[in-house]
Amino acid sequence: MDWLLQQLINGLALGSIYALIALGYTMVYGVLRFINFAHADVLMLGAYAAYFLAPAVSTVFPLPSLTGALIVTLLSVMICTGIGILIEFLAYRPLRQRPRLTVLITAIGVSLLIEFTCQHEAVFGADTKPFPQLLPVHDFNIGGLVIGSNDLVVVVTTLVLLAALWFIVQRTKMGTAMRAVSFNQQAAALMGININRIISFTFGLGSALAAIAGILYALKAPGIDPLMGVQPGLRAFIAAVLGGIGNLPGAALGGLLLGLLETFAGGISGLSNYRDGIAFAILILILLFKPAGLLGKASVEKV
Amino acid sequence: MSSSLNPSSITGAKRWLIAGVLLAVVVSMFSAQFNRYYLGILVDIGINIILAVSLNLINGHTGQFSLGHAGFMAVGGYTAAKISLVISPMLPPALQPLIFLFALLAGGGLAALAGFGVGVPSLRLRGDYLAIVTLGFGEIIRVVVQNMESVGAASGLKGIPKYTTLGWTFGLAAVTIYFVSALVNSTYGRGFIAVSDDEVAASSMGINPVRYKVTAFVTGAFFAGIAGGLYAHHKQFLSPTGFDFLKSIDIVVMVILGGMGRTAGVVVAAIILTLLPEVLRQFSEYRMIIYSLLIIVLMMARPQGLFTWNRKKGGAPA
Repeated sequence: MDWLLQQLINGLALGSIYALIALGYTMVYGVLRFINFAHADVLMLGAYAAYFLAPAVSTVFPLPSLTGALIVTLLSVMICTGIGILIEFLAYRPLRQRPRLTVLITAIGVSLLIEFTCQHEAVFGADTKPFPQLLPVHDFNIGGLVIGSNDLVVVVTTLVLLAALWFIVQRTKMGTAMRAVSFNQQAAALMGININRIISFTFGLGSALAAIAGILYALKAPGIDPLMGVQPGLRAFIAAVLGGIGNLPGAALGGLLLGLLETFAGGISGLSNYRDGIAFAILILILLFKPAGLLGKASVEKV
Repeated sequence: MSSSLNPSSITGAKRWLIAGVLLAVVVSMFSAQFNRYYLGILVDIGINIILAVSLNLINGHTGQFSLGHAGFMAVGGYTAAKISLVISPMLPPALQPLIFLFALLAGGGLAALAGFGVGVPSLRLRGDYLAIVTLGFGEIIRVVVQNMESVGAASGLKGIPKYTTLGWTFGLAAVTIYFVSALVNSTYGRGFIAVSDDEVAASSMGINPVRYKVTAFVTGAFFAGIAGGLYAHHKQFLSPTGFDFLKSIDIVVMVILGGMGRTAGVVVAAIILTLLPEVLRQFSEYRMIIYSLLIIVLMMARPQGLFTWNRKKGGAPA
């Protein structure tokens, strides 16, 4: 029983991070209908931004502290938002009218470019760097269960961000425009919506979430390296498909489910070696039996 | 004189096959005089040609998008290597070519089976979904191999006999080129291009896209498996990390650079991209950066590939 609860907590923490990343994938997919492979690298850049900002910030607000962590996070979010908008502007916007496959290949190219540039000695280097402690760590011991403060921070942050995102998408003008663009780009343009602005906004929003997810991921991981985004990025993409791509609550649900499944599978001896394969096996099964995802609506192609 | 020997009746693809096999035989006669380093690169080129041409059938001619070609290669490579490791000590050395052929075919066969496994889910998927599934498939293969003690798990499979020669490599490369181009240029094979151009229109013309897609995956995977077998008996060592996502990307770049669905262009691209890292050895740290920039620039400027001039409609289908 204890083991189950413990894995549940770990799974929720991991799943929350996946959910945050998955939201970025699903939002971009919603407006542009392609997988932004570079999303995982924005996550990595977010973690690196925090890594480089932390010493500077700590001269004013000593770390680890809540204010310091918030300021570091806020600054990295701003940097990553800029990067996300820039990537869209430079790489994807010129290809707006091209076949989707062309854009997809470009996205892979952008992702590889970021990864390998960052791995170069002159940039970040390929080695793993220790992530600074942004928050004071404390383990809560509740009746035999150990809950790390980082796990709590991850879950609470995710909940807050989910609520904020829901508000932005459902209650603001920008969010309404986003939904309109994802529903029908041409019709939205005819209604006077500036498509380019909405797409930039979407990329910025997704990248901001990725930056936060990157920092949260780095808090729990032993260290950061230029390829740190790849695995969580792939999982998060699977989570987005699992929930139904283009569907925001679906992405959150998919992320949580995937995090839980992976943690439980990792806890079972014999299965743990196959952890990396499990997520993909789930993906293939989903696509075979329910390609629209758990919360997605099946669409029929019309000619 | 029978008509089939009349040079004018030999079609383009057959000419390539004959030229390729002849070249392979002639070159392999002199291969003892070559510098080992150059010989190794030549074999690498041959293997990459097989990989690129077979991926071109899936990604180019049929218009699917597979990111898991290295996975098929791994299946073929490990199967072939294991077979020759087990069988070759039991049989006299005179039978060596036979063992090798059997090992290669078995590797290709198993890879084809894997291709069938990937092809079937692809019936319902297109574009980016398919890309992710094939990527996932490649990862699953890697994870499975990494945990299989019988093939050396994470430390790799060592001591594979060196059976791969220039003759084998280029002979099989010629067969691959011949097979793929003959397949695509046949009446039956027009279906691949139809599926790539417009799946809905193709199926309304009585073409079964499902069958064509699966055929493309099975055939492509078979040759990738053969290439894997050649690779295993060339390097004499296999490790799961050699078949990761980046290896698949390598092959995809060859196909994109050569022009999707352009066999000759893809062959040229495979040669160039194998030689490039050797020539630019002192810049090797920039290799992958250049690669990724190349992908982006190509997609923006020439999505139809560098070596495509006479095809009106460029690029990949939507």
